[in-house]
Amino acid sequence: MSMKGVEGEEKIELNKEEAKAVRRRSMRLLGSLIRPVRGRLAVSFVTVVFSQAFRVLGPAIIAYGIDQALPKAIAGDYVGLWFTVAAYLLAATATAGLTYFFISYAAKTNQDVILDLRKRVFGHTQKLSLEFHEKYTSGRVISRQTSDLDSIKELLDTGGNEMVAGILYMIFTAVALIILDWTSFTVILVTIIPLYFLTRWFQKQTRISYRRTRVASAKLIVHFVETMTGIRAVKAFRKDKRNNEEYAELVEDYRSVNAKVIQLFGIYDPSLILIGNFAVAGVLLVDGWRVIDGTLGFGVLTAAILYAKRFFDPMEDLAMFYNAFQSANSALEKISGVLEEDPTVPEPENPRAFEKREGHIQFKDVEFHYSNGKSVLPNFNLDIPAGQTIALVGTTGAGKSTLAKLVSRFYDPTAGAVELDGIDLREVANDELRKSVVMVTQEAYLFSGTVADNIALGKPGATVAEIEASAKAVGVHEFILSLPDGYDTDVNKRGGRVSAGQRQLISFARAFIADPTVLILDEATASLDIPSERAVQNALRTLLAGRTAIIIAHRLSTVSIADRVLVMEHGQIIEDDAPAKLIAGTGKFAKMHKAWRDSLA
Amino acid sequence: MKSTGTIATLLRIFPYAKKALPRVILGTIAAIVAHLFALAIPQFLRDLVNGIKDDGTVEKLIPAVIAVLALGIAEALFVLLRRWLVLTPGTHVEAGLRRTLYAKLQDLPVSFHDRWPSGQLLSRATGDLSLIRRWLSFGLVLFVANAVTIVVGLAVLFSFSWVLGLIFFVTSVPIWVRGFSFEKKYHSIARLSQDQAGDLATSVEEAVHGIRVLKAFGRGDHAAKKFVEDAKRLRQTEVKKAGLIADIWIYLILVPEFAVGVSMLAGVWLIAQGDLTVGGLVAFFATATVLRWPTESIGFLLSMTLDAKTAVTRFFEVIDAPVEIEDPENPKTIANPIGKVEFKDVVFRYPDAPADSKPILDGINLTLNPGESVALIGVTGCGKTTLTALTTRLYEVQQGAITLDGVDVRDLTREELRRHIAMAFEDATLFSASVRENVLLGRPDASEEDLKQALEIAQAGFVYDLPEGLDTRIGEEGLSLSGGQRQRLALARAVAAKPAVLILDDPLSALDVDTEAMVEDALRTVLTETTALIVAHRPSTVQLADRVALLQDGRITAVGKHSELLATNEHYRYVIASLESEKGATA
Repeated sequence: MSMKGVEGEEKIELNKEEAKAVRRRSMRLLGSLIRPVRGRLAVSFVTVVFSQAFRVLGPAIIAYGIDQALPKAIAGDYVGLWFTVAAYLLAATATAGLTYFFISYAAKTNQDVILDLRKRVFGHTQKLSLEFHEKYTSGRVISRQTSDLDSIKELLDTGGNEMVAGILYMIFTAVALIILDWTSFTVILVTIIPLYFLTRWFQKQTRISYRRTRVASAKLIVHFVETMTGIRAVKAFRKDKRNNEEYAELVEDYRSVNAKVIQLFGIYDPSLILIGNFAVAGVLLVDGWRVIDGTLGFGVLTAAILYAKRFFDPMEDLAMFYNAFQSANSALEKISGVLEEDPTVPEPENPRAFEKREGHIQFKDVEFHYSNGKSVLPNFNLDIPAGQTIALVGTTGAGKSTLAKLVSRFYDPTAGAVELDGIDLREVANDELRKSVVMVTQEAYLFSGTVADNIALGKPGATVAEIEASAKAVGVHEFILSLPDGYDTDVNKRGGRVSAGQRQLISFARAFIADPTVLILDEATASLDIPSERAVQNALRTLLAGRTAIIIAHRLSTVSIADRVLVMEHGQIIEDDAPAKLIAGTGKFAKMHKAWRDSLA
Repeated sequence: MKSTGTIATLLRIFPYAKKALPRVILGTIAAIVAHLFALAIPQFLRDLVNGIKDDGTVEKLIPAVIAVLALGIAEALFVLLRRWLVLTPGTHVEAGLRRTLYAKLQDLPVSFHDRWPSGQLLSRATGDLSLIRRWLSFGLVLFVANAVTIVVGLAVLFSFSWVLGLIFFVTSVPIWVRGFSFEKKYHSIARLSQDQAGDLATSVEEAVHGIRVLKAFGRGDHAAKKFVEDAKRLRQTEVKKAGLIADIWIYLILVPEFAVGVSMLAGVWLIAQGDLTVGGLVAFFATATVLRWPTESIGFLLSMTLDAKTAVTRFFEVIDAPVEIEDPENPKTIANPIGKVEFKDVVFRYPDAPADSKPILDGINLTLNPGESVALIGVTGCGKTTLTALTTRLYEVQQGAITLDGVDVRDLTREELRRHIAMAFEDATLFSASVRENVLLGRPDASEEDLKQALEIAQAGFVYDLPEGLDTRIGEEGLSLSGGQRQRLALARAVAAKPAVLILDDPLSALDVDTEAMVEDALRTVLTETTALIVAHRPSTVQLADRVALLQDGRITAVGKHSELLATNEHYRYVIASLESEKGATA
């Protein structure tokens, strides 16, 4: 199975090749994130090296104090003692100061890396084509950008510092002990063997359990979100009791896998303590013997015991770090997959600008099928002269929306070319294209912010007068004024208590203010009531003068404003003529129109 | 929001942790015992060092090493015991809280969910609850155990030498003082970063849900700009937070080291004076090392406790919310519903609307006779959807009453009421489940025949062509369907429930003309025997109904046949008459 992009993302067991491919791409991403900050990382590293070195000095200074300064002090010479204490405090101050610098300095670097990654993922998902978004679903895109990024942030926030500090601390402790007393270090070296095997076991167990936790927790979240966003349907169809049972099951699944991970810690942590205590006892035995022999001072004994005890301190942190690392690693794997997806509608390398903006659309030998091979539009040619208003009619799945989406370049044709004013759309930069082509869809999405903001989205920097004029044109001005703060009313999350019809009117106003050369309306009047539709149609009559328009509508009333009707069936244009001529004829459209007239009576 | 004391707030969680409590207490005791063993080790070190110094025999060494080892093993065992005692019950408490929260959220009325974004609820159900678990099984236990250890440890230090003990105690004070002021600052900045992370998540969510609009208008950059602003703000807060943490680390490192340094000075002087043995000084340093972690950890345990307090507060924000729409104490029941629905002087205003605003529904009177279908007509935003939501108590009428077969809907259990009345919403919600489960949501025990019939009526035959037919998984975690397909499944769902009353909110808006006509023909057979309230925008949908009710300015201003109203009512003509028929009339 290919692991390119987001394919195979939900797989838990990867074979060697797949694992390699995934690892390579996430390491590549990591590398590209680190490169811009590598200088700062080096500074952080040097800082942490010194801070840990100073931290490890402590017991050695105590050893010196007990073995050298103490006998002299007893003899009345306190100089050595003062010197020892001063050295000790100096080391401590250096450790504290360097740690302070390191934490605040590293945080800035880490946050910049996170910011960089956030921007990249956000920007890239915006660039990815609609086809990707439809297949991948919004929930996944959101969780990549929230919970996955959070776990990377978590790792950088605490884990990273702890790991570097912890490992260095262990290394320096070992080095200090080697310098101070080789024999004591050999004792500790022996205990590293069980430590190694214990840690290997722990890593292996948690890796498996950890993936299980992720899967269980994702299921829990999806179920929760689905219930809360669909709460009306849940209540109306009494799904609540069944939901409680289903959810309880998922909660228990999550609890048991989570308990397993925690239990692994519950074994690992006491085992570390046990090994540490064995090390202390071992040092005590060997060094005690040597003290009796007279080959070792008490100070070195004390220092060796303190080092032995402290040597294992960072291990628990490292285990916790490993957990955070696992989480961040699998998040990075998934994020790098999304970033690896190529936009199927790429920006041109050498974009061309329109010499004239008239709105002349040409389909030249265009074909379109989905990436899974399912054909939607077989080869066809179509010429839409500038300024013409086209009505596209036909049953669901006839390919009307696809045709419209080719014009707005949500998709690129599989074969052939779509040209606007003589230029292939693939050669036009996105910003340039949007100045010419605007599409309004059935799903009228409002962003959080004021009503005015939402209309002005069509034309950033629009004046209040322009915003009001476009609202008046579609007949939504009165309604907006009736809102608590008029145009400055904050629309709630996803449109809040603005009804479906009103939402659609606001999105119409948004399109009108954009003032495009080509306007595409895809089922944009479905939720409108008749008075609103009437207002919109009146507005369209004046607005569409001098523009090219493609209108897809179930309601044949729209046809009255069209210059030309295209009837589509199974991806093919089966009728193409002026509306009056088609109605007068005997074709498919004539039948549809008659049925529609009858439904009005 | 009123802020309550940390302890009072945290105590509120204990009724939910009753079962786990004995083991949490035992776990705390185990933790204390483990710490005491660790504290005892230096005692043997002292005797050992002094013993060697005095006569230097191997006979003294071996028993002391064995004792140290035994204590070390005992310490590890008790840590194991503590974890074993506390961890599993902790996960049960977390699971219990999670189920409680979920059930409560399902019980709360729709108006609650209108106010609360689902992301806020999600963060409570995930992060907050796991924080409470960690606090209960880790933070609380170690907080108590570490406090005891510090007290006992100080006593041990005093027993070695009261001078050294005093020095250690006095020098520790700045950590505590600093710790408390740190917590306050940290608390508010942590909350700020949580809120900003929430804002960022909202930006992400909007950019994803609104991707079509952003693409259609080429406003991706605009969204990105807002996102980057939010992200930078969060970065700023995180850096500030790290500054606070860096600050507290100065104290956590410097203070104990300072104590050790001064103790060394004093200790050597005491030995020189003959007031302390060398073994005593060695043991002092060993004990100070044992105490180091408990002292350092007080800082993060405090911050964890405060985080847990916030989590508990956030949990109870939901649990304390009034359900408002509850089952009656003595519910009535309708054995054989015939489906007569009456609205009597119904008044309704959204709970979050300004108190002085005009109610959206202001005295609705309407009767739906058994088996009759009534179309509800009115301009966009006049309250049609609101009116339908009142029938099944998704919202509660504020004045007046709605009755089903003469029984006030508030006198029925919600379960029974919603069995009698089924709804199809304009925005069709499908769940992550098979097609079959989605359609049979209202009546899971329906026969295969009923299912087939419902799908036929809704013209949803396309489901048989899906990869796994009726067993194909749809919804967020499954195959995504088009708007028209979703709407037809939602309609099939309402029909399959075979209710006494069917409420359809503009159920055909996303269908093309041909499909709409076929659905209408099929629906007619169902509607002859079922009472129905149909919100309609089109004359074609109105044709389904026996009578039409016109909703205007919060009242039903006219009821009658389509043709009658068309002839007599000007507002009705305005709302329903299309451009075409107008032209036809004037021509």
